[in-house]
Amino acid sequence: MSFANPTVGSISWFAKHEFNLSWRDFVRMMSAGKPGRERAILGFILFAVVVIHGLAYLVLSPAIKSGLVVDKALFAAITGSLLLTVSLMMSQAMELVTRVFYSRSDLDLILSSPVSARRIFIVRIGAIAVATAALSLLIFGSAINILAIFDDVRWLAAYPVIIACGALSTAISLGLTILMFETIGAKRTRLVSQIIAAVVGAGFIIGIQLAAIASLGSISRFEFLTSNVVVDSVPDLQSWIWIPARAVMGDLSALFLAVAGSFAILGTTMLLFAQSFGERVIVAAGISQTHSEVKASVATFNNKSHGAVLRNKEWKLLLRDHWLVSQTLMQILYLIPPAFMLWQGFGNAGALAVVAIPVLVMAAGQLAGGLAWLAISGEDAPQLVQTAPVANGAVIRAKVEAVLGAIAIVVSPILLLIAYFDLKSAAIAAIGISVATVSATMIQLWFRSQAKRSNFRRRQTSSKVATLAEAFSSILWAGTTGLIAAGVWILAPITVLLALGTLWIARSFRPQQEN
Amino acid sequence: MSEMALEVKDLSKTFDRPAVNNLSFSVNPGEFYALLGPNGAGKTTSLRMVAGLLQADGGSIHVFGEDAMHNQVGVKQMMAWVPDEPMIYDRLTPLEYLEFVAGLWGVPTEVAKQNAIELLDWLALEPHAHERCEGFSKGMRQKVALAGALVHDPRLIILDEPLTGLDAGSARLVKDVLLARVKQGCSVIMTTHILEVAERMAERIGVISKGRLIAEGTLNALRVQAGQENTTLEEIFLGLVEDDNELVDAA
Repeated sequence: MSFANPTVGSISWFAKHEFNLSWRDFVRMMSAGKPGRERAILGFILFAVVVIHGLAYLVLSPAIKSGLVVDKALFAAITGSLLLTVSLMMSQAMELVTRVFYSRSDLDLILSSPVSARRIFIVRIGAIAVATAALSLLIFGSAINILAIFDDVRWLAAYPVIIACGALSTAISLGLTILMFETIGAKRTRLVSQIIAAVVGAGFIIGIQLAAIASLGSISRFEFLTSNVVVDSVPDLQSWIWIPARAVMGDLSALFLAVAGSFAILGTTMLLFAQSFGERVIVAAGISQTHSEVKASVATFNNKSHGAVLRNKEWKLLLRDHWLVSQTLMQILYLIPPAFMLWQGFGNAGALAVVAIPVLVMAAGQLAGGLAWLAISGEDAPQLVQTAPVANGAVIRAKVEAVLGAIAIVVSPILLLIAYFDLKSAAIAAIGISVATVSATMIQLWFRSQAKRSNFRRRQTSSKVATLAEAFSSILWAGTTGLIAAGVWILAPITVLLALGTLWIARSFRPQQEN
Repeated sequence: MSEMALEVKDLSKTFDRPAVNNLSFSVNPGEFYALLGPNGAGKTTSLRMVAGLLQADGGSIHVFGEDAMHNQVGVKQMMAWVPDEPMIYDRLTPLEYLEFVAGLWGVPTEVAKQNAIELLDWLALEPHAHERCEGFSKGMRQKVALAGALVHDPRLIILDEPLTGLDAGSARLVKDVLLARVKQGCSVIMTTHILEVAERMAERIGVISKGRLIAEGTLNALRVQAGQENTTLEEIFLGLVEDDNELVDAA
């Protein structure tokens, strides 16, 4: 062993181990497990960097050209964006903390070894902070760079502020999860933390959108944050609440305060909880050995058709999947602002449908993709179903019906709300939802591969083509429906052709199905 | 002559090399047949083809006279497949799982209910009938899977290493249930690496190596074939496989 290597069992040794694992995971995710794709990955990343910087320039250049004035509106917009970032980071961090608690992975090996559990958990909490900050850095990096290049280099100070937000979010999420552990127990924490993560992630953006709709009749959060409604009600520029905003804009004392404060909180959290983290992980491990009793569900053995039997099984499994329920809840939460807008805009349904209907179609498409993967690819007992005296086509049909039925249940209340205001818009939305749902389901059918349901979170790594096709198809059908709902028929054929083209490309890339 | 429970003729399957090579064997109605072979001999591949989980490159499979290649659904109606890894749903209870399997095989309500209750009781799963399978041990999961295989009263049960990872008590229960089914007229074909199990339970034993059947018969017949009377199945098996390896190497 080289002397340059860190001491075995030390924090740096664990950090190196974690970094190696994370890096390999990242490479595997990007290359879909196929070696020799490094150049292609690098090319794709460079292309993506150029594209997102171009987009950031398009969005920010008008404001930069007109000159950014340091006033309450700018501070409110920056602070609002930071709060939004922190809420999204907290959601992500809670999800990651829960994953460390409940997924065994290599913890059995580490906890059974004679090294200090405290060290590994310090490293893992740090890794959560890094992962949490990394995603936001990716999202906001292009905007920061464009502002630094075309406005003022001081904007680069936003980078350490985002990293500090990651540290703070991780500390709060960890504290919240441990608090739940202590108050409601290990078993309930898993479900409740997933729901809270979904609500926290969606809550702030939805809150701002609802406030924007209620006060301005617009769904734009920036319009709201820079509006007189907000500017008139916030403190003067000298107030301490603008410390994060001043830090983003390069005020060194504010930057020091924000970064040092966040890291001090994270450090204290690590020192306080790292030791007991291991004990709680052991408690969490115990719950997988406990048996969940299902009292309400009574097996009736009613002689139903094969289709009904398969559909019932799928629905039962979907409902009992806590993580999926929380993700669905988050998608439903995102539908609240458009629904509220509909409610507010009674009598002006034509214009409102342009906002509400595409969001609904997009959400339905994305949800259908996830559910279709679970029903079609995420079959935990594939050999049982294959050896049953049921034709393959009938099995697939029943699973697709289960997906369509689940989507219908989720979107029906909102469709009814739209129908209450405007029957024509509701009909257009229903058609758009059906097409987006069927498209997403077909993509999952073409790219079906056998996997465990528990691999749902990593389903995107199996096929990048399917993931991109699913996203583009949902976006394009959402756009098409929005255009038709707005009466812009002339552009609709273009988006329809693009959506069909996406499906055709996806179908051409589908892997050959094995027996 | 009565029809065979399972009749496999000239079955072939090639992946990157031949996995099953013109394999022929048959299982009589009400017979317990053990298929033995070293790792990679083609046992699981053969049984997966019989169960309809893998398409054969050549040959034929008949189950109670029905052509499995052409009437897959009809043949599946008569069979049950139990792999070494239990195929159950973590978020269903054993009772719900049995309800699902009975539904797939179209078992009439009353029969399904009766069978499920009996099986859960017999396999000592009754106290856990309303608990989700997610926290079950390997032995309990395998018992749930076996109950699923039996709930539709199959005429032919195909088992691939069903005793792997089971404790002595669970293994005993599984063996008892299988023997009871054979007594009732059900046919069983099972692969196993536990030769004592094959020795004690199987009426006939087939030994395959490199995808070919190299010996078949009762234990006594195999002893005669190997020229090793009063010896254990383990010694016969090792001798047969070694001889076959030498033959192949010489060829």
